[in-house]
Amino acid sequence: MEAIYAFCVGILTTCGFFLVLRGRTFTVVIGLTLLSYAVNLFLFASGRLKLNGAAVLGQSAEYSDPLPQALVLTAIVIGFAMTAFVVILAMRSRADQGNDHVDGQMPDQPSRISVSDKRSG
Amino acid sequence: MQHLAIFPILLPLLAAVFMLLPPLSNSITRQRIFAVSILLLLVTVSTLLLLTSHQQGTQLYILGGWQPPFGITLVGDRLSTMMVLLTSVLGLGAHLYACAGEDKDGMYFHPLFMFQIMGVNGAFLTGDIFNLFVFFEVLLIASYALLIHGGGKQKTKMNVHYVILNLVGSGIFLFALGILYGTIGSLNIADMANKVRLLDEHEQALAKAGGLLLLVVFGLKAALLPLHFWLPKTYAAASAPVAALFAIMTKVGVYSILRVHTTIFGEDAGALAGIAIPWLWPLALLTLTMGAIGVLASPGLRLTAANLVIVSVGTLMLAIAMQRESATSAALYYMMHTTLVTGALFLIADLISKQRGKAEDRYVIARKMRYGKFIGIAFFIAALTSVGMPPLSGFVGKILILQATQGLAETAWVWAIVLLAGLASMVAISRAGTTIFWRAAGENTNNEKLSPLKIIAVVLLLSASPLLVVFGGAVTDYTNLAAAQLHNSMPTVTALLPGGNE
Repeated sequence: MEAIYAFCVGILTTCGFFLVLRGRTFTVVIGLTLLSYAVNLFLFASGRLKLNGAAVLGQSAEYSDPLPQALVLTAIVIGFAMTAFVVILAMRSRADQGNDHVDGQMPDQPSRISVSDKRSG
Repeated sequence: MQHLAIFPILLPLLAAVFMLLPPLSNSITRQRIFAVSILLLLVTVSTLLLLTSHQQGTQLYILGGWQPPFGITLVGDRLSTMMVLLTSVLGLGAHLYACAGEDKDGMYFHPLFMFQIMGVNGAFLTGDIFNLFVFFEVLLIASYALLIHGGGKQKTKMNVHYVILNLVGSGIFLFALGILYGTIGSLNIADMANKVRLLDEHEQALAKAGGLLLLVVFGLKAALLPLHFWLPKTYAAASAPVAALFAIMTKVGVYSILRVHTTIFGEDAGALAGIAIPWLWPLALLTLTMGAIGVLASPGLRLTAANLVIVSVGTLMLAIAMQRESATSAALYYMMHTTLVTGALFLIADLISKQRGKAEDRYVIARKMRYGKFIGIAFFIAALTSVGMPPLSGFVGKILILQATQGLAETAWVWAIVLLAGLASMVAISRAGTTIFWRAAGENTNNEKLSPLKIIAVVLLLSASPLLVVFGGAVTDYTNLAAAQLHNSMPTVTALLPGGNE
């Protein structure tokens, strides 16, 4: 269970970081979302993974650490609010700048040349 | 007053909520009067808290009666109460300036300003590292909205960068907290300091990763070298009162590094003692160098001021990297001085740019300023202080830091780079002064009035500099005690845990 869990968190983080490093705001927002999922899962695991362990005493034979669950809850709420903000900001930026690049302008010549090279070649 | 420690958080919170409700929300004048009186009250409360903490020992506030290390605590020790007072004074200055008209450029300026102050105060006062994260988010989301206050292409662009960077930073912060909780098993800073010594070898490696991830996050907030690229343009784009208030934001990062890497990973942390120091030395020196180059290369006064922020962060980090009481004490003195003076410099840059028409704050020939004398004198004082020339506080702060290097292997590096950075700043800022004030062409046609509120704000922030020199003895005594409290964390730590206090 731990291996699969760690693998999932790792994949999510990698994808998140990859997307955050892209140039368009949309992919960056998706990347931030993936990153916050990864963070939430990671925080949850910091209380150790355990089957059939309720966080409330007396509900099950074994109990699990309730604190990470509270932390995850806080992190989810904050992450949700921040995602909402960054989506609105991305739309405002699209309206103000006229394009959806994070730098406010499309990268110039080099990329166009490479595109035309591909077409001609 | 048993509840004094929570007032610096509660007051701005309640004030912000009230300002969103009808009797205040529909009149900007009422909001201004209310906000200024709340800020005056906040300065009083912070002073009281500082005095109480100084005379009666650390103020511990246990929220909800949950005994530490399980509940959240607020810790008002000498360092944190000093930072809270600093925030309140800077907030008052920046806010007075905003009341002269800048607050009408966008919606909800006053409530957002209060939320920002609440977040900063909370970050300084909290004794729980997850709570520190929460207050970071409070101050960040307020700063996202404040940064874009007034609108415009440049602000939106810089805000996109700022928000994305800080969201990634928050993600890393949570990863670090997860690692630290998973290994140390606690989130209370005092308790973590106690338990970090007891880790076995595998856990030590993990905790080290967590501690260094925290350094990355705080380095991002404090604008430490590879993570400082967002700062100059963002601060230069922000409206003046916001930029002035943001002068405290980098200090939140510096404070957090100081707190985490001297209390938790301090001298008593066993194998994990001082894990950040080998990183801090080169990064601090490089930050200082980059800041100085940036100051030299800036084409406008606001960018110069923003780059001076980076120079000050580099200097502070050097003092922290020395890991000794005298250096920390010097850093605290320098921190007070640099925060207030940088705030004032941003305000002066705005005064100048309003007076010069299209030339704004750029270093080009423009028409004469109408209030050249007042602005010139203010600029001269701010420039002298931020460059570190005698007789003002910048000089004293720098001398204290240089003195603290005595006997270290890195002394030569510190002296050379700090002094060279000072020289670079002096060259840049004297060039700025001569261009802006002396190379004027033509008569003034600008009818922009200088509001008395703006004058009061600038004078208030600038007066900190001579006051810090006049009362230098008392202030350094205080910072010495604060540094001693921070470095000899063992008595403090035991006092913060059950059984130690009673």
